Parts: sequence; structure tokens; C-alpha cells
Amino acid sequence: MARSVTTQRKTLNTVIAWGIGLLIFFPILWTILTSFKTEAQAIADPPVWFFFDWTLENYRVVQERSNYSRFLWNSVIIAGGSTLLGMMVAIPAAWSMAFVPSTQTKNILLWMLSTKMLPAVGVLYPIYLIFIQLGLLDSRIGLTLVLMLINLPIMVWMLYTYFKEIPGEILEAARMDGAGLRQEILYVLTPMAIPGIASTMLLNIILAWNEAFWTLNLTAARAAPLTAFIASYSSPEGLFYAKLSAASTMAIAPILIIGWFSQKQLVRGLTFGAVK
Amino acid sequence: MATKASRSAARLMLAPAVILLLGWMLVPLTMTLIFSFQRYLPMRGGFLDWVGFENYVRFVTSSAFWPAVQATLIIVGGVLLITVILGILLAVLLDQPMWGQGIVRILVIAPFFVMPTVSGLVWKNMFMDPNNGLLSHLWRFFGADPIIWLSDASMASIILIVSWQWLPFATLILLTAIQSLDSEQIEAAEMDGASALSRFWHIVLPHLARAITIVILIQTIFLLAIFAEIFVTTQGSFGTRTLTYLIYQRVLESQNVGLGSAGGIYAVILANIFALFLMRIVGKNLDR
Amino acid sequence: MSLRKSLYAATAMGLISAVGASADTLTIATVNNGDMIRMQSLSSEFTEATGIALEWVILEENILRQRVTQDIATSGGQFDVMTIGMYETPIWAARDWLVSLDGLPDDYDIDDILPAMRAGLSHEGSLYAAPFYGESSMVMYRTDLMEAAGLEMPEAPTWDDIAEAAAAMTDRDNNINGICIRGRAGWGENMAFITTVANSFGARWFDEDWNAQLDSPEWLEAVTFYNDLLQNYGPAGAANNGFNENLTLFQQGRCGMWIDATVAASFVTNPNDSTVADHVGFALAPNKDGMDKRANWLWAWALAIPAGTQQEAAAMEFINWATSKEYLELVAEREGWANVPPGSRTSLYENPDYAEVPFAAMTLQSINAADPNNPTVDPVPYVGIQYVAIPEWAGIGTSAGQEFSAMVAGQLTPEQALQRAQALVTDEMEAAGY
Repeated sequence: MARSVTTQRKTLNTVIAWGIGLLIFFPILWTILTSFKTEAQAIADPPVWFFFDWTLENYRVVQERSNYSRFLWNSVIIAGGSTLLGMMVAIPAAWSMAFVPSTQTKNILLWMLSTKMLPAVGVLYPIYLIFIQLGLLDSRIGLTLVLMLINLPIMVWMLYTYFKEIPGEILEAARMDGAGLRQEILYVLTPMAIPGIASTMLLNIILAWNEAFWTLNLTAARAAPLTAFIASYSSPEGLFYAKLSAASTMAIAPILIIGWFSQKQLVRGLTFGAVK
Repeated sequence: MATKASRSAARLMLAPAVILLLGWMLVPLTMTLIFSFQRYLPMRGGFLDWVGFENYVRFVTSSAFWPAVQATLIIVGGVLLITVILGILLAVLLDQPMWGQGIVRILVIAPFFVMPTVSGLVWKNMFMDPNNGLLSHLWRFFGADPIIWLSDASMASIILIVSWQWLPFATLILLTAIQSLDSEQIEAAEMDGASALSRFWHIVLPHLARAITIVILIQTIFLLAIFAEIFVTTQGSFGTRTLTYLIYQRVLESQNVGLGSAGGIYAVILANIFALFLMRIVGKNLDR
Repeated sequence: MSLRKSLYAATAMGLISAVGASADTLTIATVNNGDMIRMQSLSSEFTEATGIALEWVILEENILRQRVTQDIATSGGQFDVMTIGMYETPIWAARDWLVSLDGLPDDYDIDDILPAMRAGLSHEGSLYAAPFYGESSMVMYRTDLMEAAGLEMPEAPTWDDIAEAAAAMTDRDNNINGICIRGRAGWGENMAFITTVANSFGARWFDEDWNAQLDSPEWLEAVTFYNDLLQNYGPAGAANNGFNENLTLFQQGRCGMWIDATVAASFVTNPNDSTVADHVGFALAPNKDGMDKRANWLWAWALAIPAGTQQEAAAMEFINWATSKEYLELVAEREGWANVPPGSRTSLYENPDYAEVPFAAMTLQSINAADPNNPTVDPVPYVGIQYVAIPEWAGIGTSAGQEFSAMVAGQLTPEQALQRAQALVTDEMEAAGY
């Protein structure tokens, strides 16, 4: 960094930024802490912070009641599957719009995005009826398809803005070297587009993982992901904050960990063309 | 520059996405449109008769309609305002030199990974509950009467919860944009004796315009459809019944598919007005 | 290929996969209430005995209702056994959506089911859902606080008694509220309670021509009374409190009284969860001075088989197990008599072991005091006490409930809330074609 700053200034920045960061993170931290308390400690006033008898009891209860690993596995398959499937459709589409633009490109792009605004509740009945006809209810395939479709516009958009930043001269140079369309995509574009592709995939996994309307309404037991898992802990009888916290932690932990480890990739590509 | 061959190849590559989305949009939408002209009550045997525009008139004249549109706009507007303003401030802050920047970024980004149902439940129970919630403990600690968040400040509560989820997204995009700012430009302004505030106002903010539009566009798309946060907290009580929620009540609680479908069509129209409006702006920005 | 043909092809493919996945496995949808969770944990015994595997879909009440209603209305066929209530059963049975339970074996002893429960879960003389547990409502109160206030709770109190007791027990400085009752919007939440109050004040939802009656003076009196109770003696945030929130408050010792489901009795007297377990008394739901109707409701969570399931025989077998006398004994053996799912069978209340449970007698008395076929003072065209057994009720009840919830939050006066509720009920009934 070219700008020079005093240590005081840096310290001040650090203190403020950490304060705000912790404040934003606090609800998650509190949920994780509460998941290790007893129900009575969970509602104690004044609240107990770190010094309590840490217990795994809530996790044991939750695991006993629900088959966590199956919900988790369904979430993984559905989020991962819809992302992969979506990329297979979105990459060619974004590529063609970015490198062979026509007068319609912008309109198509904006139209795609507008399909995302369809209110899900408004089309629940039709989708449900179609799913019955096709035997797709409570199937991972059906859910994967739906999640792929609802996130496809975002994927295409993100990839498009990414691809567009790849300078056209490189392509022409490749073409002059006699590269065909396939090679062009495979050896020239793809490597340059990897950060964009990676971050599109990550964002999509997050969105699919957290989708809570279709995943709840189109599944029963076999294909139910973690959003359905949490729906059985939302208000049981009696005190439940600690159990709710444990279930919540279990539901968000995998994606939180993936997100944190890959945040560099996510951030690098998460521009939607915001940067020019 | 494109050859004829590559142009048709391009069309071929675009086709799957367009066809899929067209199908995804048209098939259910057509069915919804058909339902909307019917008296369709699953609990009374499904399709009963054709009623023309009756459902449309009924939906729009019901006392719940305009408050629902209003609630939708307030929530979307409120969240956008909060996330954009705080997002800019946070992005500027995170751009400053500091220790542990990576960790702070991890902390800030975290709420984005939390599923809406979980964040709704956690906020409602563990923070906003007037008897056992953490905020009520805090208020009592200072000798104040706890706020009854979900009923007395219902809108603010929903906006708070949703903003918490979307602030990371706004911050990240804005941060990326700020980091792409030419630091020489800032230094030049600094040497000209421009104050920090005027540097922010005249250089940083204009540079962010495009990023801000993108944040608004993407978030609006998601915010128009928010459901889970309301479903697990107020269930549409206390003036938080958005258009989406109203349709949900018509379709699933009243089991009046015709009426709900008419509502769905209204929501599509509203969304498209929004879209058109936003895309005008974004479209312009895209060309720049 | 025509669209029809391709649909058939796809359907066939779907069927193959569906059948492959569900052989000898029952998918059971149920509520996340304590008794059901206990059923789930005990169900391994059923699987061991019969070889029938079970898939549990346990959801929070609102989500469960939405899921099963959606599924049954579209013949989705996702569930083999559904947990439904007294409200849904007759409506769904009338549409031929449920399998009649006449096929239950003789040793199931269908005549042992409490008459009120059986009546509420039957359609044209056949049982369509087997009660897993049943409930009425009653007053649960703190004996120690009543004593300290120098009052005694009559076994059959009037609303005036309740108001007096609530005023005497309220102690804001010590965080004790005189009364906790439901304020959270929902047809199965605040409207269940408010409707029973209205019944006891002589009000009714509809006259015999299905005209909404919320503009009547009886409604205003009932709703005003309810509102005053909560405003003066209720807990903070009462507008968001449903059954669970009030249960938690009562267990923490923050309520002098709680008028709610009889099943709650076993939770508030369970020393593991309740700080006031030793100081709870029970009384009948109140009436208004000079009027006969008490504010009792009647409800059962029951197990039903959706028509069209491939697993009818296995589903029947499961229901036979889960709602049998043997199941009650199994729970008693493992968890003690106090934790047995109550309110379903006569034999349970004739069992001397169960008679020692402190709330057994009052529960039975409350259930017997409720009459869903005759819920109000003036005649009505509907059955159901705390609900109106028509398909539109869920929508009506919840929207009206939101107005009353806003009233409890202080955003509307009783007059305004009733006016709005009347308007939207009229509206919805019109939309449904009454």
C-alpha cells in the first residue's frame, strides 16, 4: 500500500473494525455457545458467557431424534447437483453472450434475470401438480432441477460479467494460431475464467443450500435437506433454546465452514460486473 | 468480429439456458394464469367454474391488498437503504489498513451463510423474545422496559433480521469495487488538500455508483420474495404481511387457489415493474 | 411424441422409482410435540415386531398443516400416515380423501375411545382418524400464589373469579403475571382461545344463514374482556405468545394462571421441566356468570391414512399400534403414567394407576363438558367449538387472529379489531361462494 499511515490510525481502524465485525458475527457466536448449554442456562439472566458446564447433551438429543447425516447428505447432493447442472447450462450461455454478442444479448440477459422475480408462492400449485405427474415429489432429482432453474439467471449473469472482462484480443490471437472453438474455450478462456467460475459455483451452492421454500414444500422424507431438519425444531414444547441452537449450528456449520475456507475465491469473483 | 459459424454456434450454446428458463417461466405461469380465472377450491373439489376477472377484482379490492403492497415496499426499501449505507461505510472501513483484516472479513461475511429460517428463528427466540431474549436481558440490565420487538416494532424487526443477512453481500461487492479504485487518484486529491469527506464524496462515491446499482438490483430480486423470515417470526401479523405472504395465505391457508393465483399474477406484474425500472438503470450502467 | 404421451412416459418412470423406494416403508408425517417425539423414539419396537420400517417427517405445527393439506388436496401421495386434527378429519373424510378405519381389528376396541373424541373424528358413523391424544382446555393455576393472595379457586370458576384472581396474583415487581393466555395469531392459536371465550359469552361466528356475527354485542363484550385480562394482568409481549411461549412462562413461575390445553398439565407438573411442579391446581374452564356454556374446547391429534396410499395395510397396522391400549401401557412402563398420551381412551380413565395422576379427573371432566355439535348459546350451522368445521376456516381464523393479535399489541381497539375481522370474514365467505 502506497499510502502511509500512523500506527495510531491503524490501531484505531483495527479496534473499530473488530468491534463491528464481532457485533455482526455475534448472533452466530451466541447460537453456537448456547448449543453447549443446558436449557436453563440458555435463558439465564444475566446471561452466561463462556464459563458454564459445556455439554454435548443437546447434540445427542437432536441426533437421536433426527437422522442428521441423511439431511446433510441430501443438502450436499441437492446444492452440489443443482450447481453442477446449472454450470453446464450457464457456462455456454454466458460464453456465447459475452463473446458473440448480438443486439438481443442485453435483452435476453435482463429477461433471464426477470424470471427470478416470479413469486414462488404464486406458482407452488402448478409446480406441485407437475411434480405429481412426473413422479418427482420428494425426489432429489426434482429438487435439484428446481433449484438449478431458480438460480440459473444469477449464474448466467455472474459468468457473463466475468467473461466480458476477458479481453477479446486474446481470443483473436488464439484464433490466428488456428485454435478452433473448442480449443478456444478449453485452453484459452477457461483458465482465465476459473476465478469467476469458482465464485459463481460457491455463491450458487450457498443459495441452494439456504433455499427454504421449495426444499420444504417439495420434499417429505427421502429428499428432505437441512431446511426441513430445522423445521422440526422451531417450536417444540417447553424450553428449547439450547436444542434449537444445536440444530441451527448443525444446519449452518457445513456451509459456514465451506464459505470461510473459500471466502477468497468467493470474494474474488463476487462482483457481478460491479468493477470496471 | 464474430464469424457466421461462431454466431450459430453461439446461438446453440445459448439455447439450453433460454429454453429451460422459458419453460420454467411459461408452464407454471400459464397454469397460474388459467387458475386465476377459475373458482378453484381444492377443499371443495378443485375446479368449480370460470369466473372471469372476479378473482382479480376481489384480490385488489380486499382490505389487505394495499397494506401488503406497502409492507413489501417498506421492507424492500428499508433493507436496501440500510444495507447500502452500512455496506458503503463498512467497505470503506475494511479498506483501511488494519491488523487481522482477513479475520474481520470472515466475521462480517458470516451471516450470508446462515439460512433464512435459522436466522429468523434465532433472532425471534434468542434475541427478540421479550421475556427470555438476550436483548430483553440487555434492556433490563439498563433498567429499561424491554422492547416487544415483534409486535411493537414489527417492521423494524423484520428489516433488521433481513438486513443482517444481506449486509455481508452488499459489503463484499462494494469492498471489491473500492479496492479497484485507483489509489493515485486519492493521493492526488489528498495532495490538493481535499478533506477525507470530500475525497469520499467526490471520488469514492461516484466510483461506487455502478456497484451500488448492482447491489440494489440483485438484492431487490431476492427481497421481493422474502418469505421464511416472516413465516417463522410474525407470520404476517402486525402489518408485516407482504404481497408474497398475502398470496401464501390465500393459496395455502384459505386454500383458494383461484384467488391466490390472481394475486400471483399481480405479484408478477409488480415484480416486472420493478425489474423494468431497475433494468433501465442497470442496462445503462452495463453499457458504460 | 405428444405432450400427453411424454407425460405418461415420465409418470411411468416416476412410478418405478417411487415404488422402488417405498416398499415396506411407511412415511409418517407428525407434529413436533413431546408425545409424538416419544412415539417416534418408541417406534423401534413396532418395527421390530412387524418388520415395517418407518420414515418420520416431524415438522412444526404450522408447516406440518401446510404440507399435509397441500399433499392431500392434490393427491400428492407423499405420506402414508398423517397426523391431523379434529378440524381436518370430517372435512377430508367428506371428500373421500381418507381411508376409513373400520378395518381396525376387534381387539383394538374402538368403543373404548372417548365418545367426544370418536364423534369429532368420525364422518357418517365411521372413524377416519384414530386419536393419538385428546384434549380440552382448563384453568391451571398456582396454588401457592392463590394462597398468598388469600383466595381459593372454585372447581368451576366464572370469568369474574378469573379476573379477580388475576388481579390479586399479578406482581409486576417480581415478574409474576396474573394470567397467561394465547395472543399469537393463528386459527389454532389465539382464535381457539378467543372463540371459546366468545362461546361462553353467548357469541357465535355465524348465524344460521352463514352471515358473520362479529359485529354483535356479545362478541364485543367477550373480546373486550379478553383484551382487558391480557392488558392488565398478562405478560409482556402477549401478542406473540402461543401455547409454547406460555408453557415456558408458566414453567418458569411467571404466570399465576394459564388457561390452555389439558395436555399441558403433564408438562407443568413434571419436576424435570417445571420450577412450579408442586404448586399447580386445576379447575374447569370458566363460564360467564349466569350462562351455561363453559369456555372448553375439544381437540384431538389423530392419525389418519390418506386415500391412495400403496401401504394401506401397513399404515393400519401402525395406527393400531400407536393408538392402542398397549401403547399407553408401554409409555407408562417406560416413562410413568403421568406421561401417557391423555384424552383418547375410556379405559385409561378407569385405570386406578392413572387415577392417581393429579390432573386425570379434571381432564376427563373438561373433555366431557365439551360438545362440538352444540358449541354456542344461539344455534349455528356449523360444528366445532374453537373452530368452525368448514374448509375456509383456516384462512378466516388466521386473518381474523391477526387483527386480534394487533389488538393485544395495543395497535387496535376491540371495536376496530372486530370491525376489521367482520369485514374480512364476510369477504372470505363471499369469495368461497356462501
